[in-house]
Amino acid sequence: MELRKSYFADVRKDDLHEIGQPRPRSDSPGHVTGKTAFFADRNFPGMLHLKMVRSPHHHARIRSIDTSEAEKHPGVVKILTAKDVPHNVYTILILIQVGPEDETVLADGKVRWKGEAVVAVLAETERAAQEAAAKVKVDYEVLPAVFDMEEALKPGAPLVNEYHGQNYYLYDSGECRKVRFGDVEAGFAGADHILEESYQSSPIEHAPTETTGCVVAPEGNDRFTCYTNTQAMFFTLDNTSIILQMPGSKLHFVGGTVGGGFGGKVDVIVEPIAILGAKLTGRPVCFIYSREEEMQISSPRAAEKVVIKDGVMKDGRIVARKVTGYTDAGAYSRHSPYGAQKGAGHYPGPYTIPNVWIDTYCVYTNRTPSSAMRGFGVTIGDFALEVQMDKLARLIGMDPLEFRFINAYRDGDMKAHRQPTEGAALIECMQEASRAANWPVAEKYMAMSSYVKGA
Amino acid sequence: MAIRRGRGVAAINYPTGMNLGGDPTQALVHSTPTGNFMVTLSSVDLGQGMKQIMAQICAETIGVPTDRVVVDTADTDTGPHCMGTFASRGTHRAGNAVIQAAREARQVMLEVAAEELEVNASDLETDGQGNILVKGAPQKSISIFDVALSAHFKRGRSISGRGMFLIPRSYPEKETGAMKPSTCYAHACTVAEVEVDDETGEVTVLTVKNVFEIGRALNPKMVEQQLVGGSWMGISHALYETTEPYYPNRDHGGTDFNQYLMPGPGDLAETEIIVLERPSADGPYGAKGPGEMCANPQIPAVANAVFDAVGVRIDTLPITPERILRALKAQAAN
Repeated sequence: MELRKSYFADVRKDDLHEIGQPRPRSDSPGHVTGKTAFFADRNFPGMLHLKMVRSPHHHARIRSIDTSEAEKHPGVVKILTAKDVPHNVYTILILIQVGPEDETVLADGKVRWKGEAVVAVLAETERAAQEAAAKVKVDYEVLPAVFDMEEALKPGAPLVNEYHGQNYYLYDSGECRKVRFGDVEAGFAGADHILEESYQSSPIEHAPTETTGCVVAPEGNDRFTCYTNTQAMFFTLDNTSIILQMPGSKLHFVGGTVGGGFGGKVDVIVEPIAILGAKLTGRPVCFIYSREEEMQISSPRAAEKVVIKDGVMKDGRIVARKVTGYTDAGAYSRHSPYGAQKGAGHYPGPYTIPNVWIDTYCVYTNRTPSSAMRGFGVTIGDFALEVQMDKLARLIGMDPLEFRFINAYRDGDMKAHRQPTEGAALIECMQEASRAANWPVAEKYMAMSSYVKGA
Repeated sequence: MAIRRGRGVAAINYPTGMNLGGDPTQALVHSTPTGNFMVTLSSVDLGQGMKQIMAQICAETIGVPTDRVVVDTADTDTGPHCMGTFASRGTHRAGNAVIQAAREARQVMLEVAAEELEVNASDLETDGQGNILVKGAPQKSISIFDVALSAHFKRGRSISGRGMFLIPRSYPEKETGAMKPSTCYAHACTVAEVEVDDETGEVTVLTVKNVFEIGRALNPKMVEQQLVGGSWMGISHALYETTEPYYPNRDHGGTDFNQYLMPGPGDLAETEIIVLERPSADGPYGAKGPGEMCANPQIPAVANAVFDAVGVRIDTLPITPERILRALKAQAAN
């Protein structure tokens, strides 16, 4: 890595003692010698293991649940169903007033994706819990499922989630988050070329070294200590407090070093049910995802579809951009309404375009709920935007890098969401990339600056 | 049939912190009797090294070496609230809270030193080595060790401080979408060079040259580890990873690392990282959040390089050999 100090030297003081120094990480020796403690290193006498009975169907009504055979299985201590969870219907962003509550801790009457948790089994050993889970009998009436976002949005599509009432998240702005800036249709009408293209991604796994999990120990004083690898301590504690209808003062969450998060550990899935198990049995409980659960049960990055329509001039100026983004939330919201909203705030990318129209939809389908992942709301949007930029440049016969200089945002430029640009540095990044990659551009682009002219 | 070479570019920006704000983080700082400093948080270190960065920020602000700062975090019984470690917010939000807490503690420390030295606190400065000096008369000084002892046992002062950082929440206007998604943005431009085997559809990423603008590299070695890792993840997203290979079909999802494809060491490109620093107005010592954005520009850069190499557009991720071969076949048919 190289630091190029010549850029922005006029707005930066390099007079610091500790900041800017490549100090060795104090936790590295522990990591490389195996001494760092992770949550799963906690072990308590009498600890129970929790395993989930999961839905084999994408969408089904639950006619009945029979746990009698499972209860007789050697080593089984407790079996939990929906009726045992004090506030079973929840949604995590309720803490920042983003509702409605739309998901169940344990399925109640219906399952909406293959893998959804239906019954929790607590047993003396992991094996006993697994074997007993296989003996739980659930009678399902299979319902039609919908997997494709366009199909889900059509009238008459199977309704994925009754708590929403339709297969999209209803924002205060309606069926999508909207950004309107300038007059996009007038922009298209005056453009030399129009290019409309569609981009698609599919779900992606965080693939952390350490799978999601927690270990819960009941304390002698009616409190519960939860050792967890959550990425957000109080977010998880406060949501657990709601789900279990238990005062937050009864809960003590202890984290530490996490073996990789990437957004995969902010969903509040394992902690509430494990603490409930510890409360109802009076024993320590551990609930740790298998690798298979981490890959197919825990939330992935959402699949997205992005449709971009651009109006561009022969001289390289983009005069109008319309973006329609679709985020596949799967069966429940989790963080996906936030992700789609973040996309609306991100488009049309780091370019100054006078006429912009953005609609971002959060769509429900019968698949594993998606949620947060490194850059969600932006990552797939950037793939779409930057491939589109390449296509536009070639369409008008321009160098793709020079084409970006022409449209790059600079300090003071008004963005589509009506915030003036501050602290821009796209131009300088491209200038340095031009040098580093030996990708020459015209001298006028190398002379550009992100600063406001004359300031 | 041949190995064809191509290159592609992508340029991006990325918002720092929880979208639309409204995501507070607090920090507490106090000194021990012998002048070491404890930072108390509830933020989570995901392995990216947050504890180390918070120690350096506290040390810089107090004016002591980093090894005199200890960070206690991720415990809800001791640490004040933090919204969580996500959205490239850890360094920016918690860093600002630590600065505010450390400034308050530093002020008390200087007041106690002023009493010991019989000067005004405003006439004092720290040397970064553990001493407090009178400005312009450095021979008149006192160690922070002695100041902390005095504060504890003689003057009854608590060298401590509270920090809170909150960007007020923005609510998007319903019809126009007017809003403030973020207060500062990181930037990047990536050039990727690939080889595509037009017989097998296999893509080899040869080089990835990344330029990142991140406000301030608080610890350049740790910046490097995050940016290199992110760059690899970007390649992985571009070419390999998905839990549903035939989305929207739900079948054929991988359940372990044998079935879920990720690049191994031999599949990773020669990676170059160049960092620019335009300090942000509200970042801790100017820092922005590069944690997420560093994995983004490689994806379109690789996609554009594949087109440059073989002349077909793969607009669906990941860019698998199967998709490339089908596109080449369709191209040949036309």
